[in-house]
Amino acid sequence: MTAVAPLALPTLPAAFQQSNVDYLAILPLLIVFGTALIGVLVEAFASRERRHAIQVTLAVVGLLAAAAAIILAAKHQGLTMGLTDGSTNRQLFALAVDGPALFMQATILLLGVLGVLTMAERFGGVGPDAFTPSGASTPGSATETAAARAGALTSEVFPLTMFAIFGMMLFPTTNDLIGMFVALEVLSLPLYILSGLARRRRLLSQEASLKYFLLGAFSSAFFLFGTALLYGYAGSVYFGDLSKAIASGPLAMNGLLLPGAFLVFVGLLFKVGAVPFHAWTPDVYQGAPTPVTGFMAACTKAAAFGAILRLAYVGLDTGRWEWTNALVLVALLTMVVGSVLSVTQTDMKRLLAYSSIAHAGFILVGVLAFDRKGVGAVLFYLVAYGFSTIAAFAIVSLVRQNGAEATHLSQWAGLGKRYPVVAGAFAFLMLAFAGIPLTSGFVSKFGVFSAAIGTGGATGTVLAVVGVLCSAITVFVYARVIVLMFFSDAPDDAVEVVIPSVSTTFSIAIGTLATLALGVLPSALLDLADRASQFVR
Amino acid sequence: MGTLVQTLASSSSTLSTYAAGLATHEGEAHAATGVTAYAWLLVALPLLGAAVLLLGGRRTDRFGPVLATALSWGAFVVGALVFLAMLGRGAEDRAVGIDLFDWIAAGSFKVSAGLLVDQLSMVFVLLITFVGSLIHVYSIGYMEHDVDKRRFFAYLNLFVAAMLLLVLANSYLLLYVGWEGVGLASYLLIGFWNYNPAYATAANKAFVANRVGDLGLSIAIMVMFFHFGAVDFATVLGAAGSNANQGFMTAIGLMLLLGACGKSAQFPLQSWLGDAMAGPTPVSALIHAATMVTAGVYLVVRSAPIFEAAPTAQLVVVIVGAITLLFGAIVGCAKDDIKKALAASTMSQIGYMMLAAGLGPVGYAFAIFHLLMHGFFKAGMFLGAGSVMHGMNDQVDMRRFGGLSGAMKLTWATFAVGWLAILGVPPFSGFWSKDKIIEAAFIGEGWRPWVFGMAALIGAGITAFYMSRLFFMTFHGKKRWTDDVHPHESGKLMTIPMIVLAVGSAFLGLILGPTGLFTSWLEPVTGAEPEGAHPVIPVPVLMALTLVLVAAGAALAWLRYWRDDVPVTAPAGSLLTQAARKDLYQDQVNEALLMRPGIHLTRSLVFADSKGVDGAAGGLAALVGGTSSRLRKLQNGFARSYALTMLAGVVAILGALWVMS
Repeated sequence: MTAVAPLALPTLPAAFQQSNVDYLAILPLLIVFGTALIGVLVEAFASRERRHAIQVTLAVVGLLAAAAAIILAAKHQGLTMGLTDGSTNRQLFALAVDGPALFMQATILLLGVLGVLTMAERFGGVGPDAFTPSGASTPGSATETAAARAGALTSEVFPLTMFAIFGMMLFPTTNDLIGMFVALEVLSLPLYILSGLARRRRLLSQEASLKYFLLGAFSSAFFLFGTALLYGYAGSVYFGDLSKAIASGPLAMNGLLLPGAFLVFVGLLFKVGAVPFHAWTPDVYQGAPTPVTGFMAACTKAAAFGAILRLAYVGLDTGRWEWTNALVLVALLTMVVGSVLSVTQTDMKRLLAYSSIAHAGFILVGVLAFDRKGVGAVLFYLVAYGFSTIAAFAIVSLVRQNGAEATHLSQWAGLGKRYPVVAGAFAFLMLAFAGIPLTSGFVSKFGVFSAAIGTGGATGTVLAVVGVLCSAITVFVYARVIVLMFFSDAPDDAVEVVIPSVSTTFSIAIGTLATLALGVLPSALLDLADRASQFVR
Repeated sequence: MGTLVQTLASSSSTLSTYAAGLATHEGEAHAATGVTAYAWLLVALPLLGAAVLLLGGRRTDRFGPVLATALSWGAFVVGALVFLAMLGRGAEDRAVGIDLFDWIAAGSFKVSAGLLVDQLSMVFVLLITFVGSLIHVYSIGYMEHDVDKRRFFAYLNLFVAAMLLLVLANSYLLLYVGWEGVGLASYLLIGFWNYNPAYATAANKAFVANRVGDLGLSIAIMVMFFHFGAVDFATVLGAAGSNANQGFMTAIGLMLLLGACGKSAQFPLQSWLGDAMAGPTPVSALIHAATMVTAGVYLVVRSAPIFEAAPTAQLVVVIVGAITLLFGAIVGCAKDDIKKALAASTMSQIGYMMLAAGLGPVGYAFAIFHLLMHGFFKAGMFLGAGSVMHGMNDQVDMRRFGGLSGAMKLTWATFAVGWLAILGVPPFSGFWSKDKIIEAAFIGEGWRPWVFGMAALIGAGITAFYMSRLFFMTFHGKKRWTDDVHPHESGKLMTIPMIVLAVGSAFLGLILGPTGLFTSWLEPVTGAEPEGAHPVIPVPVLMALTLVLVAAGAALAWLRYWRDDVPVTAPAGSLLTQAARKDLYQDQVNEALLMRPGIHLTRSLVFADSKGVDGAAGGLAALVGGTSSRLRKLQNGFARSYALTMLAGVVAILGALWVMS
């Protein structure tokens, strides 16, 4: 104990020397972070009329520039941001820029572009349509009018989104538990705020935001507790040290290791909405502004699964011991509960929330394959699901009644007869969620299940069988939506589909086309995901 | 008799040699040179026409019919060139195989799509393209005022393409494609005027009856694949001719016969043909008289080695043919609808062909010969009937015709030639083919020649009666027209094809029959007619007997339908007449034997399905739904209980981990 106490700041430089940072390898991260900071300045200084346009352009350009920088970073793969421990001459690396990390970063960036474009939808108004500039006022009240007249805008959502994207990109890249925790919080805090900014059904949105924050804090506590236990076991928070310690560590300390590993996972599983840490998902998905929901569903899931992969494959993989049982249990629960609960949903956003839970379970099956093939399948799944889900939520945001989103299922009856193109695209995305061939959903599910059967042993086979059965249950849910849209008569007070601007149309089109393209010609991306599936240690 | 058996045996071996030769030709598939290598154009040209007209939509309305007709003639030209090229080769080198592409390659099972251009398929190619093209021309006039004639011509072209594929295919599988294709075209054309529910029903009836037959053909193909591991003619027929398991051969033969019965409207699947007359008359002429309905005969003759190896199946073919020829003839005597009477006649004439095809090498060539002749005279008569309908406001009731010979001279003359031809009056074409079949039916031992020969002979007499009845009721006797009709001759587009067909009906038999051109042409495929096979009744006696019966039938018809007045409403008639009017109760039999039990079967299956299968599925769904509703209550909206769920989950899983370790 006395040895730990002197770890005060002044003594650090004596023991640790900073090593070279490979700036090219972290260029994408720096670009996104820099864009977010510039966004804050724009918010402060740009004129009201031009702020929205500047923010959207800045965000999109920043994201695309970062995506381009990934190509540069790909040449500089390896561990970076390291310190050298002076006493042992050990190199301790905070970031691992490797195939999976870069693949996840690129995915988050591209999905982020689509997310930002849907958030930018104004429907002819002055600011983004989905967000309120004055959350404390009641809709249509004098306070709100006054706020609007005073020039309150909601363009701060774009820097917030950029900060969230920065956290998401950092999340699968971090190579130690502390860095992972920081990334987790960096991505979460902006999302808590974004969730509470819905213009319509404001109280629901604010309630969702608060719940998300409370439960997120709760799960962070689990994560930190687990980190503490693992530090107690290994004496280090770096994944490299952790896996070395597990390989050679004393059995007597397993009492710290097993709960520690699981509790860290709890923090991550919370973010992907795995059962039993899923309870926030439907409420938050329903309450948050729809473009934010789509963005969260696609990007948070991708980032968190990236982190889960790294923790499972790099930090804890040695010998694969009992902690995998916990993950198997969670995967089974997630698939079953997600698909069974989606059956009785009557709200489109909640339905998609449960669908996202079930998908988290399917992706976990791929994680549990413990093989490069499994990693590749998971990476592919995240891309495919991300594109489909952003497009789906974007379509949900277009279906309206009296200006407000019509998310109750009954309101969607007969939509296909009146808006065949929109309903057709949505039906196609539903088929993708169901995993019907010629959609990306089929290729994704096939990938994770076949990886699980191939290398997951008996457990993998059981998981795959349960996964297929649960997929069958969810087909009912998606088919019901299609039947409702195309084979039911529209009610008298029928909903309408508002005509979106170019940006939302672009998001929907790209999301849907990607779903089709990845279903018909998946080999290019499968190949890329496969080549990117090697972790650096 | 001993010599006969011997010659029969030797002719069988001829067939085996032929089949073996076929195999060699297949091996030298690339030997197809010159124009023969372009034989695929035969199928491609009309198919192109169908595609252009169907995909082009209304834009092709203006030139569609002409384009379709031109492409059909184009196919005829290609066919004629291939035929000329074939004539230039020696008899042994005439059969040529053309490999098109590898169609199916599944493990060891390989089917290459290829054509077999030999003497037999060439006869069909020329018949189909020539008569088909004439009927295209006729249709331009006949369908002139139909708003949807583009679609009609598209289907006609589709039919020609499918029919050519059927006869040119080098494997049973590819033949099946053509077989289904002609079925489709037939269905579409019978129901062409489907705004009339009765016509749509007729199309469905034809479709269902054909499905039964098609099932037989597909089972035959499956058995072939099971037994021989291949479905191409060369392998299957070669193996059937050499070392065949008789049980399998009988099974294949009977299933092929079932397929033939469906397509060719033979007993017991004949009931659809009469109703099929719902289609436009050119369709009846081309599809339901001259070509498609004869596909069954082609199938049996093409599969000769299989039937040679399965005497039981062969006997059944003869029986089916004999029953149908009498059945059709009897039905034909009672029909007042001119097209239905002609349809019954078609059925009866195909019965003759089937009978001949079942007789073995003595009959094959004459079955095909009669098919060719029938194609001419029956198509001609159908076109004549169409011309009559054209002049009579689309009426079909012969009791309202009469005395039309004056008003429609050309139609009368061409119809008369067809009438004489089908009666078998020398020197018209039917005489050379049908009399030979009757002679062949009398060849053999024991009871068979007597039974089958007598059936064929009596059939000829009845044929003479009902065809004369049809002819006299339509063109002679008193005028029984309704007030609003003004009969007139049809235009040139319609009369010229009729004249061409009449010329063929008059002289083609004379050219090909007595000279032996046709039989020697087909000999490499069908085997030589056995030497020394004599009918049990001497040929001159038989010929005289036939002519006497024919004359008697015609005379009876003259008495009743020309000399005496024909009542405009049908008299009650005898029991047999009443039965014949109702197609000898075939529909009622089908209904009692098949439809009602079928309905009961499906009802009980639906019951079992809804109670058993759906019950299980529904129960499962209810279970999932119930679980879902119960689980949903956990989602109560309180952040505290969500947090509790998380904590409980963590504790439970940690506990489980602890227990496991």
